[in-house]
Amino acid sequence: MAEIIDVRGLSCPEPVLRTLEVLKKLDKGEVEIWVDTNTSKENIIRAVNSIKCQILEIKEEENIYKILVKKG
Amino acid sequence: MERLKNFFATRAGIVLTGLFIGILAAVLQKLGNPPNMGICVACMERDIAGALGLHRAEVVQYMRPEIIGFVLGAFLSALIFKEYRPRGGSSPFIRFILGIFAMIGALTFLGCPWRTLLRLAGGDGNAIFGFLGLIFGIFLGTRFFKMGYSLGRTQSFPSKAAGIWFPLLMFLFLVLLLLDVYYQTNILFFSIKGPGSMHAPIFISLSIGIFIGFIAQRSRFCTMGAFRDLILFKQPHLFLGVLSLFVAAFITNLILDQFNPGFENQPIAHTMQLWNFLGMTLAGLAFALAGGCPGRQLFLSGEGDGDAAIFATGMIIGAAISHNFGIAASPKGIGPHTPEAIILGFIVCFIIGFTMREKRI
Repeated sequence: MAEIIDVRGLSCPEPVLRTLEVLKKLDKGEVEIWVDTNTSKENIIRAVNSIKCQILEIKEEENIYKILVKKG
Repeated sequence: MERLKNFFATRAGIVLTGLFIGILAAVLQKLGNPPNMGICVACMERDIAGALGLHRAEVVQYMRPEIIGFVLGAFLSALIFKEYRPRGGSSPFIRFILGIFAMIGALTFLGCPWRTLLRLAGGDGNAIFGFLGLIFGIFLGTRFFKMGYSLGRTQSFPSKAAGIWFPLLMFLFLVLLLLDVYYQTNILFFSIKGPGSMHAPIFISLSIGIFIGFIAQRSRFCTMGAFRDLILFKQPHLFLGVLSLFVAAFITNLILDQFNPGFENQPIAHTMQLWNFLGMTLAGLAFALAGGCPGRQLFLSGEGDGDAAIFATGMIIGAAISHNFGIAASPKGIGPHTPEAIILGFIVCFIIGFTMREKRI
């Protein structure tokens, strides 16, 4: 089960900051990031790609984007 | 439509947005807007405060159609691309206070981050100190974020109608402007001399404002975010937009013969460099703590973000306070009470920065 990072409703730059904090501490594994705006989704995709983690899946469910990310 | 939606989130999209803003700002100046002030969100909101009679500085009163256009363009874009989402409730009154001090800082330097770049692109050397202050203020803001600073989460509002009020207010401002200009209703205050009297034709200003509002909403253009993301994440995406704005404005100024390098006698600028630096440091810190530059706050307001609308309102009230209490600078230098206001602003922003922390889950 992937760890969930719920950053819905947070202003920039908190969604990216919190996501990177968790990913940097993680040795390897999967995390699922929950966001509620396209802006946060785009920012997180950009940030995740810049630290060489892999985006496995992006699901859209009732105004939530769930971004599944793999490290290692 | 989907392709257009994705395009503006790309590197090319943000660069194009910056290029458009840089070119159009310089062109607006040629068409009548004040020198090195083709677009200045802070100055234009200050002029709006003047047009509403919230302050009585007679040289800076005009209902600027660009600001109205920014909000309406972003509103339109958010509706078309299904990003209109009324929301709010993330420490609104703190955002209001940050808006007030952001404006006090900006009016000490005489410009928002957009005008900082435009002044640099026009050859105004004094803007170097404002620019350095802006970056330093944003840097201070990032330290608070590193320590866990947060204004808390927004909530989606229960009704779709909840997000229309700020765009509607802007539409009302437009109606008042048109009534005054075409039917001489004399409701608003208009400068007959000074920067407030200098403006491009209304419908050109409005059209450019709507266009910029539209593409900036799509690309998430933010001058504060540009430096914040570079400092915090070494992420250059938004910075490329800012760089493009500067380069485009610089080249357009050269073409239009609007580049005049120097420090003395620069338009709507003063040479008190310490205060240019400190003013923009305060503004940069307040923008960082509030999550966006003044332009970005207007675009977010158009998306239905009530917190951003409150920040923008705080800036308008901040302009009134600045001019009513001798805080705003002028080309002669800072006002009699600028130092006290700037010191108070730093104290308030630091208290907000140190006290607003959300427990991480």
